[in-house]
Amino acid sequence: MSQSLALTVNGRAVTVAVDDPQMPLLYALRNEVGLTGPHYGCGLAQCGACTVHVDGAAVRSCVLPVAEAAGKRVVTLEGLGTPENPHKLQSAFIEEQAVQCGYCTNGMIMESAALLERNPRPSADQVKETLANNICRCGTHPRVVAAVLRAAQG
Amino acid sequence: MDRMTTDRRSLLKAGGALLVAFAAGGAPRGALAWAEKPVATDRVESFLALESDGRVTAYVGKVDLGTGIRTGFMQIVAEELDVPLGRIRVVEGDTALTPDQGATYGSLSIQNAGVQLRAAAATLRREVLRRAGERFGAEPASLRIEEGMVVAPGGRASLAELVRAGRVELAVDANAPIKAPEERRVVGRAAPRVDIPDKVFGRFEYVHDFKLPGMLHGRPVRPPAMGAVAEAVDEASIRHIPGVVRVVHQGAFVGVVAETEWSAIKAARELRVRWSDWSGLPDQSRLWEHVKATPVAQVQVTSERGDAPGAVRGAARQLSASYDFGINSHASMGPSCAVAEWKDGRLTTWSASQATHNLRKQLSMMLAEPVEKVRCIYMEGAGCYGRNGHEDAAADAALLAKAVGRPVRVQWMRHDEHGWDPKGPPHLVELRGGLDAQGNIVGWEAEAWIPKGAGGNVDLVAAELGGLPRENQIHPGNIIHNLAQPYGFPAVKTTCHRLDTTPFRPSWIRTPGRMQNTYASESFLDEMAAAAGKDPLELRLSLLPREETRAREVLERVGRIANWQTRPSPQNDRSGEVLRGRGVTFCKYELVRTYVAAVAEVEVNRNTGAIKVTRFLCSHDCGQIINPDGVRSQVEGNVIHTLSRTFKEEMTFDRKAVTSLDWASYQVITFPEIPEIVVDLVDRPTERPWGAGEPSAAVVPSAVGNAIFDATGVRMRSIPFTAAKFRAAAQGV
Repeated sequence: MSQSLALTVNGRAVTVAVDDPQMPLLYALRNEVGLTGPHYGCGLAQCGACTVHVDGAAVRSCVLPVAEAAGKRVVTLEGLGTPENPHKLQSAFIEEQAVQCGYCTNGMIMESAALLERNPRPSADQVKETLANNICRCGTHPRVVAAVLRAAQG
Repeated sequence: MDRMTTDRRSLLKAGGALLVAFAAGGAPRGALAWAEKPVATDRVESFLALESDGRVTAYVGKVDLGTGIRTGFMQIVAEELDVPLGRIRVVEGDTALTPDQGATYGSLSIQNAGVQLRAAAATLRREVLRRAGERFGAEPASLRIEEGMVVAPGGRASLAELVRAGRVELAVDANAPIKAPEERRVVGRAAPRVDIPDKVFGRFEYVHDFKLPGMLHGRPVRPPAMGAVAEAVDEASIRHIPGVVRVVHQGAFVGVVAETEWSAIKAARELRVRWSDWSGLPDQSRLWEHVKATPVAQVQVTSERGDAPGAVRGAARQLSASYDFGINSHASMGPSCAVAEWKDGRLTTWSASQATHNLRKQLSMMLAEPVEKVRCIYMEGAGCYGRNGHEDAAADAALLAKAVGRPVRVQWMRHDEHGWDPKGPPHLVELRGGLDAQGNIVGWEAEAWIPKGAGGNVDLVAAELGGLPRENQIHPGNIIHNLAQPYGFPAVKTTCHRLDTTPFRPSWIRTPGRMQNTYASESFLDEMAAAAGKDPLELRLSLLPREETRAREVLERVGRIANWQTRPSPQNDRSGEVLRGRGVTFCKYELVRTYVAAVAEVEVNRNTGAIKVTRFLCSHDCGQIINPDGVRSQVEGNVIHTLSRTFKEEMTFDRKAVTSLDWASYQVITFPEIPEIVVDLVDRPTERPWGAGEPSAAVVPSAVGNAIFDATGVRMRSIPFTAAKFRAAAQGV
C-alpha cells in the first residue's frame, strides 16, 4: 500500500513513505521531513503560505502531489539560508522588520527569491505584482516590498 | 521562540522565592509545570524570576499575537532592571506559570500588563538596591545597576546574588519609582523584534508546528447547515482510508482522528453523515431589516447633554443618514490549531488562545472537570486580530484526545476557519444632526443597533454543537464606545439598542464597535461640515473642548504633513474621469486614551467606481512609547487591515451557512492596492503608555469615505465600499 518516493530536500536526499501519492508535498515536508518553514494556509493555492521551490520555481506545496516532486530538487525556507549564511532576502526582512505574525513570511520570501532569480532588479511595482497572490493579514506589505527592494540592491 | 523547561524540583524548593533555576532548552511538556509557582497579580515573584546565570524570566498573562509585544515587555524589564535585552526571556499565557492579566485584547497589553510588569520590576529594583546598600554600607540612591550587576563604591553584586541572600517575597508596589525619561536607555527606542530571525529562517515554533510523542491528527466535520444535527454517521464510508483511528459523534459535533494528518483530512472530507435539515439564517439581502427587527434586550444611552431631539427638530437645517458595516471574519492566515493531551486525569492544551486563563475555565465547564485539572499553554499562531477559532480548536482537540486516549492535534481547514470562526457582527448606526442659520451644529443624535454583551467568553463551538455545558451568552466585545462624541456639541444624545441576538456567534475583531461607531460619526460630521460649507479639519478643531490640547495636536500635525488645503468639501474640479480628493478624521479612543487623526487621499474613477487610496497619513499619540518601531508597525497594520475591511471584506451566507469559505469568495487587500502610508508618532515620555494595537484602525473607513466624498460629492454609507455601491450612490448625486 505504502510507497517510497525519493526527492532532494534542501540538498539532502530524502525518501518518504506515503500511502497516497496524491498527498500534497506540504504534508510530506512538514510531517515526514520535519520542516516547519512552509505553512498550511488554505490548501487551495490561494494564499502562498506553503510556497517552496521545486527545481527553482516557486510552487504552492499545498496542492502539488508529492509524487510530482519525486526526483526533483525541493528547497524550503530552511534551505534558502541559515543564520550563519543567510539569503539576502532573509537579512533584508530582518533589517526592514518586515514581519508581524510571520505566518505568511515563508511565502513572501520564497516567492520573492524566485523573482530575484528571474529579475535581479525588480521595480516596486514588479514586486507588488509578483506578490499579488500572496496574502498577508497583519499588514506588513510596505515593509515586505521595502525588504525585497533592499535585497535586490544588496 | 526561546523555550525552556522548568526544573520541577528546583521550582518546588524555591517555593515562592524569586530566585528560580531553569534548565534551558527543550519544548514545554505537560508533566513539568503542574508545580507550584506564584501567579497572583500583586506579587513580584509572579512576574519575575532571576536566574543564577544572570538571566531574567518575565511571566506575563498577555500574549504576543504576532504584534511584537513580547519585545516591548522585554524592553520594559531591561530598562527597570538594567539587564541587557538578550538576557531576558518571556513566558506568556501559561495558566500554570503566568499571572492572569486578562485576555489579550482591547489594546491593553502595554497599557495594563506592561505597566504591571514595570511596577513589578521597579519594586524589585528598589529591593535589590536596598539590599546592596546594606551589604556595601552605601545609600541605595548612590548605587547603580550595570548589565545586571549592582555597582557600589565598595564592590559589585549580581541581582541574583542579592536576592539569594534571603528569601524575597515582595508585593508589587504600583508606586515604586520607575526610571525617569532622561535615564532611559532601552524604552522609547526602536528595538528589533526578538522573534523575527527565527521567523525568517523557518525556525520559529508556531502552535501549528508543535508535536507530542504518540500524537494523532484530528479534524472536525462541521454541519453543512449551522443548526443541523448529525442524525447518523457512516463509519464504513472512511474504512478504506489507512490509519483512521476513531470517529467521534455527539449531537452536531463530529470529528475524525487518524494516525497521519493527510488521512485525517481525507477522512473528514469523505465521511458520510446524514445531517438534519436547517435553514434558520436570515436573508442576507435583507440583513439590515433583520437587524432593525431583532428584539432589543437593553437600551443604553451612552451620552446625553441638553435636549438633542428637540435641538435637531428645531434646527434651521436638518440632516440624517444611516451607516452600515457588514459581517466580517477574522480570516486568519493560519487556520486555528491546537494540541490536547490527557495525562493522569489532567488535560493540557497548547493553542494560540488570546485568553488561556479564560479558556481553562471554559474547558473545565465543557468537560465537567475541576479547573485545577486543566492547564492551557499559549503558543503563537497566525495573527488573529481578536477572538477567532483558536479556543474552539482547543476544545475540539480536548474532546477528540479524550475519546482516543492519546494526544491529538487539530488544525482547521480553510473552510472551517472562514465558516466557523466567530464573526464581527453587523453594525448599523443612524444619525441626525441640526445646523443653525450660520451653519453651527446645534444638535447631534446617534443610534446604534448592535448585539448585547461585551468582552467575555465566547462559547466554544464544540460545546455548542455537542450540547455540552457552556455559558450560553453572546460576547461581541466592548462595542459601544466612540458613539459618544469628543466634540462640544450644545446638545447630544447617543443610544445603543442592544439586540438580543445576532445571526452568527459574535466576537471581537480588531477595534470592535469603536471602529464602526467612529466610521459612522466621523462620516456624518463630514456631512455636516459640507452642509455648512466649512473646512472639515477646521470644523473639528473648532469643536474640540479647550482642554483637548493633545487632540488638537494630532489633527494639526496630520494636516501639516498632508499639506492640507483649507476649503470645504467636495472639491469642484469635475473635469476628468478620475477625480481626486482628501478626507480627514479623528478619534480619541473610547474618549479616554490614544488620540489618532488621519488624512486619506483617493482617486475615484467616476464612471467605473474604481477607488484607489493613494496615500494614508496618520498622526498618533498613545502617550509614552515603549518601542517606536513596534508602534509604527501596528499603525501600518491597522491601516492596511482596515482598508481591507473597508473596501473588500464581506462575509456572505445563505439561509443555511456561511458561503464565503475561501480567499476567492472572501477577498482581502492585495499588494497592488496598498497605498503609501505615512505614520507620524507623538511620543510623550512623561505620560503613561496607552495602547496602539487598535486605535488607528478606528479612523480608516471615515478617512477614505470622506475623501471619496471630497473627490466626487458621493457619500459612501455602506461598507464594504465597492465600485458597484459607488455607482449606485453616484446616481443620486
